[in-house]
Amino acid sequence: MTNSSLTTRYEYGGDEFVFVQLSEAMSLEANFKGIAITRKLKERNLEGIIDICPANASYMVRVDPDILHPDDLIRELQQIEDSMKDLEIEISSRIVDVPVLFEDPWTHEAVMRFRDRHQDPNSTDLEYSARINGYNSKEEFIQAIDASPFLVSMIGFVPGLPWCFQIVRQEKQIEVPKYVRPRTFTPERTFGFGGAFAVIYPVQGAGGYQMYGIAPAPIYQKEQTLPDFQDSIVFPKQGDIFRYRSITREEYDTIRSQVDAGTFTYQKKEITFTPQQVLEDPEKFSEMVLRRLYHD
Amino acid sequence: MIKVLKPGLQTTVQDQGRRGLYEIGMPPSGAMDQFAFRVANLLVGNHPNAAVLEMTYIGSELLFEQDTRISLTGGNIPPKLNGQSVPMWETLEVRAGDVLSFDFVRSGARTYLAVEGGIDVPLVMNSRSTYTLIGIGGYEGRALAAGDVLKTGDLHQCKVAAGTTIDKSYIPSYGKNHEIRVIVGLCSYRLTEESRQAFLETEWTVTPEANRIGYRHNGQRLKFVEREQPFGAGSNPSNVTDLGYPIGSIQVPDGVEPIVLLHDAVTGGGYATVATVISTDLNRMAQIKTNEKVKFAAVNLDQALKIRREQNEIFNRIAESLSS
Repeated sequence: MTNSSLTTRYEYGGDEFVFVQLSEAMSLEANFKGIAITRKLKERNLEGIIDICPANASYMVRVDPDILHPDDLIRELQQIEDSMKDLEIEISSRIVDVPVLFEDPWTHEAVMRFRDRHQDPNSTDLEYSARINGYNSKEEFIQAIDASPFLVSMIGFVPGLPWCFQIVRQEKQIEVPKYVRPRTFTPERTFGFGGAFAVIYPVQGAGGYQMYGIAPAPIYQKEQTLPDFQDSIVFPKQGDIFRYRSITREEYDTIRSQVDAGTFTYQKKEITFTPQQVLEDPEKFSEMVLRRLYHD
Repeated sequence: MIKVLKPGLQTTVQDQGRRGLYEIGMPPSGAMDQFAFRVANLLVGNHPNAAVLEMTYIGSELLFEQDTRISLTGGNIPPKLNGQSVPMWETLEVRAGDVLSFDFVRSGARTYLAVEGGIDVPLVMNSRSTYTLIGIGGYEGRALAAGDVLKTGDLHQCKVAAGTTIDKSYIPSYGKNHEIRVIVGLCSYRLTEESRQAFLETEWTVTPEANRIGYRHNGQRLKFVEREQPFGAGSNPSNVTDLGYPIGSIQVPDGVEPIVLLHDAVTGGGYATVATVISTDLNRMAQIKTNEKVKFAAVNLDQALKIRREQNEIFNRIAESLSS
């Protein structure tokens, strides 16, 4: 993994957006580069910028072109990119324990209801995904998701939905197709997977990702009654590290009642790390992250 | 107070929109036709960001319980006050007890109603705009229903005399065949050369799936350049590694039916975007109905910025004419 594998493409999105593609393929390196550039751009506090939207292997900036000409912005972005060739940045974020009940009754019902839209109507999403990724059983597959944490690489689609990319070497990364035709229904808080990304659906709605389970705790709360939602209606932030922990039905029910009582808080730790640490040895980094989350 | 007797097809409270939250996945919402929205507020002397009602295809029936002034702009859903036709793009006097209603839409798709002081609903993340998908903003996060009662706010800045109107030459006309200007780009490299041409040459028909989220168009199938899909992109040739979608961006899932994403759209996803509607023409997009025809015309950034300046100039001249 070196910088040379990335070639940046600058594009206009109409007269108000600049879209920057850092890489066509997803990689931790491309994501870190996007985080680094957009954080630096934010620090510059340029007049005329309306939105800075980092994504998985690209980012987007919305401007008021009457104040900031898109070409001037592009020059600024190129300059920032040139100034950080070696990704020598520190990322401060959070490690978060995110409980997931795999094979729950609610998403299972949805899995069965939309079999005709799936590439393999005769197995479940979990069985199918395990098989095409070379696992012997769905249990082994769940174990692989549970074992290593994920980087929150992008937020969007609808408010709060986190795209999460597992911190493992590429050959160990899970990759699955989306449904052949999108579903009209996905339960709220469904834990899903599409392409190389794990997600949690913040609200009930349409969707095309494989469905594996459900999270007991919300990642989006418009009423903002839970402590984790005091400052924002959405919980995930790009750069966060989520550990999707497989839980029992009993723990699921306990967390649900804590959510209903307004007392639930995510178990989390602050962390500062460098992209180099992750890229050099993803396994070692993941172990360190889990130790810090549960034992420090 | 304004009482909703009939809501119309889809009437929502909107303002300039909820800005600066795209990175958490929150689209801006706001008036789809920002030009008509701004002129409506000018005609009643409101703050530029006062909230208005946006009516779609079928107008509301509203009972005014106070004397006030209103204006109606945008698509021509012919308005009537107590059953009598009243003009659009003009400051109108209404009395307590008056009923505003509408005939069938004649041209365009969305009409804006501004009321002195603006529609008063709670600010949610700095905006009064309705975003129905998650049920926030506007009137209880939803489109209006019969029996709702709207309050007016205090965003009134100056009295505008009843009968004030704008120069006819500034009033847009809305036909059934639309040329929508776009900047081709983003992931347009994914389309084959022939399909890039076909995208611009096809006369597209707007499908029934045309709303605040986006407009879907029927015409012909577009093809993507064959490739081994990059890691993480997904298996369909129209898939890319999930990325952000600019407002007005056009995607063609599976090469079938281009979708123009609008103010309530998803903020990102895994489909290749191939062009973006320029900001000025988003207003015109808002006035297009199902079954009407659309051709996308390519412009470059300089042309788009020139068109934007001309549009701003028109608005400034309207504002000046009203303040003198």
